Amino acid sequence: MSTSNFVTKFIKLMLTEFGKIFVFILTAALFVVVAIYVARLLRPKRPTFEKLTTYECGENPEGSPWVKFNIRFYVVALIFLIFDVEVVLLIPWALVYKEMGIVGYLIGAIFLILLAVGMAYEWKKGDLEWARPKIKEPTLEEIKSFDINKEELKTVS
Amino acid sequence: MGLLDQEFTEGNIVIAKTEDLFNWARLSSLWQVGFGLACCAIEMMATSASHYDFDRFGVIPRPSPRQSDVIIISGTVTLKMAIRVKRLYEQMPDPKYVISMGSCANCGGPYWEHGYHVLKGVDRVIPVDVYVPGCPPRPEALLEGLLKLQEKIRNESIVKKSA
Repeated sequence: MSTSNFVTKFIKLMLTEFGKIFVFILTAALFVVVAIYVARLLRPKRPTFEKLTTYECGENPEGSPWVKFNIRFYVVALIFLIFDVEVVLLIPWALVYKEMGIVGYLIGAIFLILLAVGMAYEWKKGDLEWARPKIKEPTLEEIKSFDINKEELKTVS
Repeated sequence: MGLLDQEFTEGNIVIAKTEDLFNWARLSSLWQVGFGLACCAIEMMATSASHYDFDRFGVIPRPSPRQSDVIIISGTVTLKMAIRVKRLYEQMPDPKYVISMGSCANCGGPYWEHGYHVLKGVDRVIPVDVYVPGCPPRPEALLEGLLKLQEKIRNESIVKKSA
């Protein structure tokens, strides 16, 4: 019996479907660990000050790399998460959709309606609006009657 | 410390074969720092594009010097830029190689006499492996320069040099 034949027999007999996934994950993890460790052994190691500093396009690194994001992004992130989960749940549903028939359709529909209601609520509440500072636009009369401060003009010129 | 790099004082057949493997691996995947300085950079981009296809020699532009093996100094190195070029070179991991592309990077080129702001050759700040002449060099010339560099890497040794 040739080796490849043996391997196929082994996979057929000994491994379940999830077992194959386990072997796959194991190989992936091992590959990373072995590659990094072997590279560590073989590579030349000559650390210098410049090599160990933060890379900032050749400039002197300045300030903290922990940049703060605006808190307003959290709503976007939350909505993204909801739809992300929706897609994850809908893909297996779509795969068995034909076999499930009308029951499957109803289950999917209820799930989607729930999400749609949530979305509508969110929209109504104004969470999708980007909170902007409210600018009061001047009317035509205001512009016409606008008086330039003579004192300020002097300081500018 | 590594297991191999400059750990031996004399070579033998095993080390020679290991060297061959290492050198082959290094010369076949020379990733370049993705940066350009002047008009030579346009020729460098043309070399990377489909017609000349730098990728067939394993040259891929990388966005960070941390992942690069070769830096192509493509264009006029001004005094301001020389500091940055030097730092970029220093930040590349060993082994690292330098291709000086075009007259400006080689010796100052047209700015040799009156260029008050131009470094007269990039080899004044970093060690250069291959000089590619031209103003700017054609993509074929850059390819030739790369082949020369590959030839150089092919003959490298991991044996520690005796003083």
